[in-house]
Amino acid sequence: MATKKQLMGPDDVRRALTRIAHEILERNSGADELVFVGIHTRGVPLAGRIGRLIRDFEKKEVPVAALDVSLYRDDVSSGRRSLVKPTSLPVDIDGKKVILVDDVLYTGRSIRAAMDALTDFGRPRTVQLAVLMDRGHRELPIRADYVGKNIPTSHSEDVQVRLEEIDGEDEVVLVRGGE
Amino acid sequence: METRQSESGSAVLEEALGVALSRRHVLDLDDFSRDEIEMVLRLTDAMKEVLGRKIKKVPTLRGRVVANLFYEASTRTRVSFEEAGKVLSAEVIGVSSAGSSAEKGESLLNTALTLQAMGVDIIVIRHPHAGAPHFVARHAERVRVINAGDGLHAHPTQALLDLYTIRDRLGTVQGLKVVIVGDILHSRVARSNIWGLTAMVAEVVLCGPPTLLPPHMLRPAPGRPSTAGDALERVRIETDLGKAAEGADVVMALRIQKERQGAQLIPSLREYARLYQVNEEKLAGAKEDVLVMHPGPMNEGVEISAEVAHGARSLVEEQVSNGVAVRMALLYLLSAPGMWREADD
Repeated sequence: MATKKQLMGPDDVRRALTRIAHEILERNSGADELVFVGIHTRGVPLAGRIGRLIRDFEKKEVPVAALDVSLYRDDVSSGRRSLVKPTSLPVDIDGKKVILVDDVLYTGRSIRAAMDALTDFGRPRTVQLAVLMDRGHRELPIRADYVGKNIPTSHSEDVQVRLEEIDGEDEVVLVRGGE
Repeated sequence: METRQSESGSAVLEEALGVALSRRHVLDLDDFSRDEIEMVLRLTDAMKEVLGRKIKKVPTLRGRVVANLFYEASTRTRVSFEEAGKVLSAEVIGVSSAGSSAEKGESLLNTALTLQAMGVDIIVIRHPHAGAPHFVARHAERVRVINAGDGLHAHPTQALLDLYTIRDRLGTVQGLKVVIVGDILHSRVARSNIWGLTAMVAEVVLCGPPTLLPPHMLRPAPGRPSTAGDALERVRIETDLGKAAEGADVVMALRIQKERQGAQLIPSLREYARLYQVNEEKLAGAKEDVLVMHPGPMNEGVEISAEVAHGARSLVEEQVSNGVAVRMALLYLLSAPGMWREADD
């Protein structure tokens, strides 16, 4: 039987994203040259929200794009496939500061795939990573630059991010055991 | 675990993806459900985006080997499978009957078994005999088979790209009136399209001279799933093209093979063109923005007028470019033993 524990509620998610938006602006000295790239599925609405927060703070539009990394994963030949969603990267990323956005950072393999995908679109000046949750257990030398919340987990646990745009509400839960 | 709803209606599609991933072969569309077709079309959207990039290459199928085994002339199907495989970084081997051991009389099955022994993962087969891909699929146990056209029987990848092209332009296939004009009797494109279009709940009208229309096709063959009968209720026959085209959303012209003339099936190409050529005059009663398709290669001036073939209504070029994306989606689906997971890390 699976047990669930709430890690973040709607207000926690909002505060974390607001803080991340400020940190991004601080570290990059403003919003110039920033491009936000959300990783499908839940990184996309998160990137949109951070982009809107930055627009509100700086009174300036920042480009927000969506990236699907399924075609770049290293486990396709061992059988892992998903319903690939169209990538939408209509902006030139050459020389830009790309902020990759994802919901949960775990093994780091999605991020590795995302960086490979980005290289096919251009040569950004820097690539930074923002995640809502970091649950540890990296299998690659990858770390996040901006983290909503760090949470130590075991492999048997699952961290589920639910977002209003997709799931109808904002919430992060830790699921233990069971299916 | 509760179902996680990712985007509209996608729980259903995820289930269909599970079905698609357990699929070993693509032999015809008669065993595709509407959801499974919809899933292939969605994947095609993503593949089409890749084709629009500056660098048209993704590493997805590195190390996989696709063999194109063609026993019959083909340009667009062969080239588009080749392109699809290469964009996905698979190794693509071309084998045509001329210049291979098929000329020395090596049987189809032995050729397929040889390719299998060489480590080929997917064999794409075009063959003049109906059922040849099915035969290979039954006997070569480790390879996946995609039918690229077998005799008069089926051409499922063409039908899928036709469905994709219609949906891409009109948003849906459901409820549309689609007229297929020409030599239905000898057309594997028509057969596979009938399965695909009826699965997607379109209304299908078959039009052509009575000698080239197969009334028996509208009766479910013994052994067909019972749903086939229901699907065929959405298919009608009409021998007058002007009438058939009334209110049509899409008119699909088929190539008339010149050898049909000698076989007393049509009096002459001129006579055929007078009655069944898809041209502005015959399309007068169709929807104002009716779309015209043709699987190619076209005999302009016979089954389709040059004006329509190259006019604003024509989807012929889109069919060709969408063909690559559809075949990428199928290669991706069949490329490994199935397992589906949402990316969560």
